[in-house]
Amino acid sequence: MRTQVLIIGGGVSGTGLARDLALRGVACVLAEKRDINAGASGGNHGLLHSGARYVASDPAAARECRSENRRLKKLAAHCIEDAGGLFVAVAGDDERYIAEFPSLCSRCGISARPLPPDEARAMEPALAENVIAAFAVDDATIDPFKLSLDNIASALRSGGRLLRHHQVVGFDINAGRIRSARLRDVLTGRSRRVEADLVVNAAGAWAGQVAALAGATVAMRYSKGSLLVTQSRIAHRVLNRLRPPGNGDILVPGGTVSILGTTSERVASPDAIRPEIHELDAIIAEGAAMVPLLASTRYIRAYCGVRPLLGDANSPDDRSDRNVSRGFVLIDHERQPEKLANLITVTGGKLTTYRLMAEKAGDMVCGKLALESPCRTRLETLPDTVEARWTEPGLAPRLWLRRDDPEDDLLCECEMVPQSAVEEIVRGLRRQGGRPGLTAIGLRSRVGKGPCQGTFCSQRVTARLCDRRHLGDQEGVVELRAFLRERWRGQQPLLWDESLAQAELLEAMHCGFFGLELGAPPPGDP
Amino acid sequence: MNGEDRSETCDVMIVGAGMAGMAAALFAAQRGLTVVQIGLAGEINFASGMLDLLAVHPVAAGRVWADPWAAMARLCADEPQHPYARLTPAAIHEAMSGFMGFLERTGYPYVTHGTTNLEMITPAGTVKTTYAVPHTMRHGTRALADGRPCLLVDFNGLKGYSARQIAMGLAPRWPSLRTVRLDFPGIGGELYPERMARSLELADARRKLARAIQPHLGDAAAVGLPAVLSVSSTLQALADLQDALRVPVFEIPTMLPAVTGLRLREGCEQHLPAMGVRAHYQQRVLRVRHLPEGGWLFDAGDQAVARRIRSRAAILCSGRFFSHGLHAERTGIRETIFGLPVTQPARRSDWHHWDLLHAPGHPINRAGVPVDSRFRPVDDSSQPVYPDLFAAGSILAHQDWVRQKCGSGLAIATAWGAVGACQAFID
Repeated sequence: MRTQVLIIGGGVSGTGLARDLALRGVACVLAEKRDINAGASGGNHGLLHSGARYVASDPAAARECRSENRRLKKLAAHCIEDAGGLFVAVAGDDERYIAEFPSLCSRCGISARPLPPDEARAMEPALAENVIAAFAVDDATIDPFKLSLDNIASALRSGGRLLRHHQVVGFDINAGRIRSARLRDVLTGRSRRVEADLVVNAAGAWAGQVAALAGATVAMRYSKGSLLVTQSRIAHRVLNRLRPPGNGDILVPGGTVSILGTTSERVASPDAIRPEIHELDAIIAEGAAMVPLLASTRYIRAYCGVRPLLGDANSPDDRSDRNVSRGFVLIDHERQPEKLANLITVTGGKLTTYRLMAEKAGDMVCGKLALESPCRTRLETLPDTVEARWTEPGLAPRLWLRRDDPEDDLLCECEMVPQSAVEEIVRGLRRQGGRPGLTAIGLRSRVGKGPCQGTFCSQRVTARLCDRRHLGDQEGVVELRAFLRERWRGQQPLLWDESLAQAELLEAMHCGFFGLELGAPPPGDP
Repeated sequence: MNGEDRSETCDVMIVGAGMAGMAAALFAAQRGLTVVQIGLAGEINFASGMLDLLAVHPVAAGRVWADPWAAMARLCADEPQHPYARLTPAAIHEAMSGFMGFLERTGYPYVTHGTTNLEMITPAGTVKTTYAVPHTMRHGTRALADGRPCLLVDFNGLKGYSARQIAMGLAPRWPSLRTVRLDFPGIGGELYPERMARSLELADARRKLARAIQPHLGDAAAVGLPAVLSVSSTLQALADLQDALRVPVFEIPTMLPAVTGLRLREGCEQHLPAMGVRAHYQQRVLRVRHLPEGGWLFDAGDQAVARRIRSRAAILCSGRFFSHGLHAERTGIRETIFGLPVTQPARRSDWHHWDLLHAPGHPINRAGVPVDSRFRPVDDSSQPVYPDLFAAGSILAHQDWVRQKCGSGLAIATAWGAVGACQAFID
């Protein structure tokens, strides 16, 4: 396979760059070792920062957030809920930080409107009674899956190519240039070679590993953040704790739920991470200081991501990770000791600034390829694609009710996802040259995200996929196991009360009855 | 509560209406004890209908045994605290035969493969090793064993059940499976197994179903259908289909909750009262008091107290978390009715492994109520908490019925043991 640009990594940066380049008329192939947003892009709160979080620690990142926040609200409005946000301090919080906050915001051009505590509590009744200070900011929420799926779908329409489940295993380098990349299909084991004029390493937390395959060094440290999903939406707005960043200091609405975060824990590798009980208990305890209901509400899921932070992984103190710049880096490896003429690394950064990262990387790509083609994502609206539409909570039931087709069975009853939606996702995956599996469908829809956490819909969707021959012999059980294992990682730290009863039913059906544990291969990467 | 008529007395109160509660009520009534049974019977709908005795030991090795009795001998040697180790093989055998004899009298006989385990098909296209299956699955276990050409039928609108999924899963060991998808006679749109089964109570619907299948038979030497061949007249429904199709017909269980569970529930709900069990299946225990002179006083009802029951002894068969016999808070696990001690892992982080399919199983599944050799719940010093309280079924500690594939056997055998101990106490 030949292309102008090979992008490695299917998170927001990689998919954003794919669209950026496609709009500039540059042909590209995107290779992702798992699936869209498998790393930090899928393991975050879905917060469109106002920038106020970084006014003290990183004013440059704060300013970038501010301008991209405004731009994305116009250009990607269908991925965004403009909920607004509050910064809130409770009794005992650092008074000096509170006092400095408004001037730090104004210095970065960030709007922070002071609110009397009573007014803040009237706006958000879930807030604690002992609120002592509050400011309204322009935070919003953004669906990172919809965003990346829209970006890649729009890139593919302009002729790009997506290789899901393709891991880069090596580069063929000759005379200071990467001639081709060797990829392995992790599902089939087949190898494939991609020749490209230029390679962009957008592998997020894995950027150091990819660079190392080319003999280059990108020093990274890995900071794991874990988050919790509540069963229902607790606040209308984004609620930030007004204090230096710490555990459990943010509650972000996400459609019908709220997402509580987050931790910062140094890990040795971005692979095989999972949310752990001690982290979740810590987040809940801290979060409850700002929103007391968090101590008793039902949580349906936990997940985590690894922040790709630049810097030496061997530096001793992981507490300082919160203060590492959340700005992004763009490395031209021609100017590095390895002197590779056609390798670029883009990593770090934030969901909020993904477009800016893609723009700067696209500028560098075009500069190196000597193409005069300006960025168009600054002005052009991100298309609302059919491939990305089923991630939205509530859409599937709305369309299903409107269509009122008695033959269109609901395969996921919790989130009301009908078989017509599953079929549309399958068609989308096929169009993109991919294989439709249960986990891929889960990523692109609400399947498995309701209170049953996949107990019933997993088998219903598998039955449907087998029935339509979307899966081959033996693949049904393989898909069931992989999907249930992936869901379980997010459930197991939260299993008490009714969630535990549900988990018991899940295990009774899938292990007691189906015997999926017998002969199961060891678990793979999360 | 008002009026004397809402007060009852009995020898033994059975708390719970799952498999263990039903078995305990049966055995107690058969022994001539007066029995009141309280419990919401809904969870038995989640029974697959296959009666497991013991199929896997040790769990961590995933070793599947053809001979459940040999497996049990090994299990009891390796895990002397397992509830099976409180019983002799003869008692367990007698319990299983007794319960299956009862099911036969309800018109829903079960079949075994002598004293060994048999294999049956699941809707996920896997094979399950179990001890006994409903008579409707008899030819399925045979066909699976000899691999004869079979036709598997499924229906438009029946979610989570795909004949093709089953055939694809079994393809390596059973290549001669064919599938066909049909419209279910008389019902359109989304199908629910219970509604399908109720429609097949009528001979006319069975004739129509046979006529729909007939053209697809080809060389099939047997026909497999989802388990919907009526709720209460399976013998006749199966016979009618076999007469019409002239080949053996068998059921394959559907996803849970399934008709195979519903049949057990309705069989017990209808036939236990006829044996003298005073059953209140829509009520639960709201309050319980141990009387100073011995014996128990229960307040039971739905929301408000509807009746008061005084019993000489009680058998706890309330199940685990799903049926609310146990309840987990973030800080620990408790037994919900009597406040009994619960054996459990020291910390919540030890409850579950992060891999759902972790070979040794999840430690929380071995948590539960510890009992002595007479099935009396015991305290930390292994002393009975009460002389007149017994426990049976999945609430018991030191077993993992899901992974060991021993759920029904555990329920029935420990009910047998608890009833025996209870009768000895009363006498």
